[in-house]
Amino acid sequence: MSIPPSVTAAAAPPPAPAGTLRASRRPSSLRGTLITIGVLSVIDAIAVFGLFMLFLQESWIPFGVVLAVTVIVNWIYLRPGWLPAKYLTPGLLFLAVFQIFVVVYSGYIAFTNYGDGRNGTKDDAIETILLTAQQRVPDSPAYRLTVLDQFGEYFFLVTDPEGEVLLGSADQPLAPVSGFGTDSTGRADSLPGFTTLTFGDLLGNQAAITELAVPLSDDPNDGALRTPDGSNAYLYLSTLSYDAATDTFTDTTGTVFRDGGDGAFVSDAGRELIPGWTITVGFDNFVTAFTTDNIRGPLISVTIWTFAFAILSVATTFALGLFLAIVFNKPTMRGKKVYRLIMILPYAFPGFLSGLVWLGLFNQDFGYINQVLFGGASIPWLTDPWLAKFSVLFVNLWLGFPYMFLICTGALQSIPEELTEAATVDGAKPWAVFRLIKFPLLLVSVAPLLISSFAFNFNNFNIIYMLTGGGPRDVTAGVDAGATDILITLVYKVAFGEGTGRDYGLASAFAILIFFIVATVSIISFRQTKVLEELN
Amino acid sequence: MTSVDTTPTRVIPERRRRGLWFWFRDTGWRHLIGVVMLVFAAFPLLYVLSASLNPTGTLVGSNTLFRTIDFGNYVELFQLPQQPYAAWFLNTMVIGLVAAAGTVFLGALAAYAFSRMRFRGRRVGLLTLLLVQMFPQILGVVAIFLLLSGIGEVFPQIGIGTQAGLVLVYLGGALGVNTYLMYGFFNTVPVSIDEAAKIDGASHARIFFTIILRLVAPILAVVGLLSFIATSSEFVIASIVLTDPQTQTLAVGLYQFVAQETSSNWTLFSAGAVLAAIPVMALFLYLQKYIIGGLTAGSVK
Repeated sequence: MSIPPSVTAAAAPPPAPAGTLRASRRPSSLRGTLITIGVLSVIDAIAVFGLFMLFLQESWIPFGVVLAVTVIVNWIYLRPGWLPAKYLTPGLLFLAVFQIFVVVYSGYIAFTNYGDGRNGTKDDAIETILLTAQQRVPDSPAYRLTVLDQFGEYFFLVTDPEGEVLLGSADQPLAPVSGFGTDSTGRADSLPGFTTLTFGDLLGNQAAITELAVPLSDDPNDGALRTPDGSNAYLYLSTLSYDAATDTFTDTTGTVFRDGGDGAFVSDAGRELIPGWTITVGFDNFVTAFTTDNIRGPLISVTIWTFAFAILSVATTFALGLFLAIVFNKPTMRGKKVYRLIMILPYAFPGFLSGLVWLGLFNQDFGYINQVLFGGASIPWLTDPWLAKFSVLFVNLWLGFPYMFLICTGALQSIPEELTEAATVDGAKPWAVFRLIKFPLLLVSVAPLLISSFAFNFNNFNIIYMLTGGGPRDVTAGVDAGATDILITLVYKVAFGEGTGRDYGLASAFAILIFFIVATVSIISFRQTKVLEELN
Repeated sequence: MTSVDTTPTRVIPERRRRGLWFWFRDTGWRHLIGVVMLVFAAFPLLYVLSASLNPTGTLVGSNTLFRTIDFGNYVELFQLPQQPYAAWFLNTMVIGLVAAAGTVFLGALAAYAFSRMRFRGRRVGLLTLLLVQMFPQILGVVAIFLLLSGIGEVFPQIGIGTQAGLVLVYLGGALGVNTYLMYGFFNTVPVSIDEAAKIDGASHARIFFTIILRLVAPILAVVGLLSFIATSSEFVIASIVLTDPQTQTLAVGLYQFVAQETSSNWTLFSAGAVLAAIPVMALFLYLQKYIIGGLTAGSVK
């Protein structure tokens, strides 16, 4: 664990300032106005560019949102008064986009089948399927070709075998043009407003040009022109043909692929065309998580381990930290500063490196621990399920005890000495003083920190991922889950893992489940700490 | 020394013996625990340092501590074309500093508003910040990835694969914990200062930028440092946003570097780790009393 600066700790009720600034209506200075206008015009320029792009892409919802936000921002800063909004808007904008929207969007993704081969609209999928299934027609006539460039977009200027000159691009089917220039062989080679690509340009952009497919007409079944060399284009036809009326694909052997209802075209034999498209699947991801045996099992054990890991991490680090705080809480002891300085080093060491360093120390064959401390033993620290769990907790203890040591020391020193004295006078033994007086008082002040530490460890991705990668892997699981995986590493592996394919929908469903668990635990424990505070 | 008793009286050695035992029971055992903890805390760090100075390269060769002192690994680190360590280092510093500066600025603006102004929705706003933080950004990693992919289609400069996009994502968390830390500190600055300046004719912006920000400099430093440490260690979001090795951070680059072949390029990794850790640790130790003050301020009510 590294730094969980406690939310609750910092939220101590503020002393209300005696007087407050009222939203002033005095005219602001010329300099201030100029700065405001300058910054706003930069923001507006960017916004207008974005609006233009969104308009071209016909993405109307983002267009509306960007427009509304731009208007509101301008209104806030140009209008006199309403001071709090001027200070809060920048932070809130980021919060709204990258926190609140992200939460909502995660919720939405959890109800879709978003993932590998399912990440576009149905129209995109149909187009891609037709494109990828294209093959050069045998004996296709050669179209003599010149590649043109306009604002970074490539165009094909072709002279068809009958001598007609046509122009088209990836988005724009071939259409006759006039006003072109021709070379000595009668091939059209230039057009006003376009740049003709030189041989060097062709070579430099070879990949983009050979991938370009210029449709022959609006009907994708008519095929497209492609060029293997930049000087001749040939007709490519898809081996699949799409029939919009029945919404089916038919391939050359007559197999029919229908919309299977879960975001892909499937044949009667169950063969699926790639890619599919994103659809809303309702609670399917949650149902999958809870009812598919080889996912439910791992999910349950991962959840249990997540709780065990978070609780044990807090318990072990707190126990060691408190113990050390008591040991070193002696005013007359010498060298405390040195001890303290060295003991907080693990806390200062960057978190992601710690996991990797211990990965080397724990290496089964060559690591220091097996080779030197255990005299050449071959203890599977990271590959045995139980030892791996132990190792993760051990490393987390190393990382986390300095933090607990620091806060316990602070809390202990804030307990008035008189309490101890009074208890001693009343005849209490040191242990009783600690157990009955100091510890409850200490708990009141550190409990919020323990809860935030729990919440932090619940999602302590780095240490698990760097040290074991969640492994050793459970080979029977339907998802990439292992013995030390916690929920958040599982989400990451399901969403971005290698080998098993990306399933954003399922990963987001897991994320939503985690959110509910963390929120429930936090709410319950906030209530508990209120009970503790009443003790005080 | 207790058995040698040449003095005529037996009082002194007995007192001394009792004194030593008493010292041990009172303080000495604490030093014993202290020494054990020093070994526990410092050993892995010394091990990395030793490995980084070892020219053998392998993990097994690193098991003898400080037998050789050789800076070859540090030199080689900057000469690998596949692992652009210098670029990673620079990227980490730039991303960390920009994100930290942005976080401090946005957080300070909000904290100033919450601390100095009374407006409708203020309490609700503070509470909402707490609640929103319950959903850590890391949980929304899928949504962030898809969101940035979408943004990239309109503004390629801040889409997937760009460092600017990553910084913007980090700034999404600028409010929240940081605002709370700063808010508490802003409240300790007397409002009479603002009012005096206001009477002298200063605008709110002038008060904020030239007076308040200077008075709260310590907490700005702490928040900036905490945010720098957090961003420079951040792995999850950085690993999905930064796809090109040249743009990656140390966390992403070093992880991939060592995850593939742990045992064979171990000493190189160690050198990289030492270099990566030095600036962060130095800053941390330099500012530790502020950080610890900030962390415990709440707990020591």
